[in-house]
Amino acid sequence: MGEIRTEEMLMNIGPQHPSTHGVLRVVVKVDGEIIKEADPVVGYLHRGTEKLAEDLQYTQIIPYTDRMDYLSSMVNNHAIVNAVERAMDLEVPERAEYLRIIVVELNRVMSHLVFLGTYLLDLGAMTPFLYAFADREQVVDFFNRLCGARLTYNYMRVGGVKWDTPDGWLDDVKKFVPYMRSQMGMFHELVTGNEIFLERVKGIGKFDAETALNYAMSGINLRSTGFNWDLRKNKPYSIYDRFDFNVIVGENGDCFDRYMCHMNEIMESLKIVEQALEQIPEGPVMGKVPKILRVPAGEYYSAIEGTRGELGVYIVSEGKDKPYRLKFRRPSFINLQLLPQQLKGQSMANLIAILGAVDIVLGEVDA
Amino acid sequence: MEVNNNANQQPAYMEFEGFTQEESQELSKAGVLIGTLEQIKGWARSNSLWPLTFATACCGIEMMGTGAAHYDLDRFGIIFRASPRHADCIIIAGTITKKMAPILKRLYDQMPEPKWVVAMGSCATAGGPYVRAYSVVKGADQVIPVDVYIPGCPPSPPALIYGLNKLQEKIRLEAKGKKVR
Ligand code: SF4
Repeated sequence: MGEIRTEEMLMNIGPQHPSTHGVLRVVVKVDGEIIKEADPVVGYLHRGTEKLAEDLQYTQIIPYTDRMDYLSSMVNNHAIVNAVERAMDLEVPERAEYLRIIVVELNRVMSHLVFLGTYLLDLGAMTPFLYAFADREQVVDFFNRLCGARLTYNYMRVGGVKWDTPDGWLDDVKKFVPYMRSQMGMFHELVTGNEIFLERVKGIGKFDAETALNYAMSGINLRSTGFNWDLRKNKPYSIYDRFDFNVIVGENGDCFDRYMCHMNEIMESLKIVEQALEQIPEGPVMGKVPKILRVPAGEYYSAIEGTRGELGVYIVSEGKDKPYRLKFRRPSFINLQLLPQQLKGQSMANLIAILGAVDIVLGEVDA
Repeated sequence: MEVNNNANQQPAYMEFEGFTQEESQELSKAGVLIGTLEQIKGWARSNSLWPLTFATACCGIEMMGTGAAHYDLDRFGIIFRASPRHADCIIIAGTITKKMAPILKRLYDQMPEPKWVVAMGSCATAGGPYVRAYSVVKGADQVIPVDVYIPGCPPSPPALIYGLNKLQEKIRLEAKGKKVR
C-alpha cells in the first residue's frame, strides 16, 4: 500500500467560537488531524484601556480595570489601588484591608468556578457548567449586596473601600465557606475521577518550568510545572503575610495539573477568607486621602497575584492627577505566548483542551 | 392571537381578531385556532428563539450566567447555538471593536432569514464606557440593524430576560402585520 497523499489545510478558529473564551482567533495549518502550525491572532477586543487611562484621574481609572479581566474585577481593582497607594505612600485602614482580602479571595473562587465550568463545557461536559454557575451565582449575590453590581464592581478606592458591609453580610460569607468546601468534594466526584476527562487532559500540553520562566509565565501556568512562585507568599503585599495558606504547585505541567491547581486554589482561597473573617476588626473603611490624588513624579511598578498570574501596574507620573502613561502587565496575554509551541504536533481536539487550560480572559489579553 | 391569563382564574383563551370575548372563549374551549399562517409561524418562532453566542466581552459572562442553571433561559425556549447557520437571533454581548465589526457583519449575513438582533449592554448600544476609545465602534447598529437594545453595564440577567421577552413580543406583533419600532 502506497503512502496516503495528504495536503495541508489552513483553518480558522474563532474569533466567534465558543471555545476560545471570547474573541481569540487561532489560524492553524493542519495536516489531517495534526496541527503543523498555529498562530494566535489577538486584538479583537482591544479597547484602548491604557490610552483612555491617560485622560482620567486615578479614581476614574478603577472602573476601567473592572472591565479588563472581567472574571475577577475585584483583583484588578486591588491592583490599581495598591499601585497608587504604594506610589503615594498612603495608609489603608485595617478593616478595609481585610475587606479587600475577603472580596479578592472570593473573586478568585468565582473566577476559578467559571474556569471549571467553561473548561468542562469545552471538553464536552455540560453538567459541571450548570453546577459551577449555580455556585458562582452565590458569590455574585454577595458582591451584589456589597456594592450593587454583579460583575463590574468598582468597589475599591485609593485609601480603602467604598462601602462597609451590609448587615449580616460577614455572617453569610462565613456560612458560605463550609458550603463551598463541600461543593468542591462534589465537583471532584463529578469530574476529577472521570475516565474520559482524564484521557483528554493527562499529559496534554506539557511544558517544563524552564520554558515557562523563559516565556515569563506566571500564576497557575507557572505553578503547574512545579515551580513555587506566588506573589502572595514570595513578596507579600497588603496583609497576606498574616494568613496561613499553601501555595499550590503541580508536578508535570500538563492540563490535568493546571485543572487540579485551580481546584485546590479554591480551597486555599476559602482558607484565607475564613481566617480573614475571624480577624477582621471594626473601624473605618476609608483612610485619609487627599481630595485630588497626585502621584509624585516618577516611575512606579507594583504587582499583585492576580487570578491568572502576576498582574502588574506600571505608572509613569509627572506629578499630575492623571498618569502620563499607565501600563498593565496582563498575565493572560503573556501566558498565551507559548501557545504556538504547545500546539505543534497536537491534534485538533487537543487544541481546545490546551487553550482552555491556559485560562485566558480576552478582555485582559487585548485590554 | 395572544394567550390571556385572566386574573379571576378563568381558563386561558386565545383572543381572536374580529370576535367578541365570549366568542373567542367558546372557540378556545372547542380547541379551535384561528389565525393566519403568518401568525402561527410568528408564535412558533417567538417560542423557540435560538440565539448565536456572540460573547465578545464582559456582558458575555452575564449572558452565560443567564443561560446557566440559576436563570435558566431554556424555559423560554431559548437555546444558545454556536453556529450562525443554526441561529435566528444574535445577542451582541459586548464591545464591538473596529477589528471585530466586519466579522459581526459576516456572521449576520450568514444567518438564515428571518433574523433578529439584540444589543446587550451599553457597549453594543452606543459604545458604553469605551465610547472615546480609538478602536471601538460606537454601537452595533452602525454595523447591523438592531431590534432590541438592553441598557446596563452589564445588564443583569433579569434585564436580559426582559429584553428577550420584548423581542418575542415584537416577533408576534410583526407577524400580525403591525409595525414595531
Ligand atoms: S457594556 Fe459594560 S459590561 Fe458590557 S461589554 Fe461593555 S463594558 Fe463590558
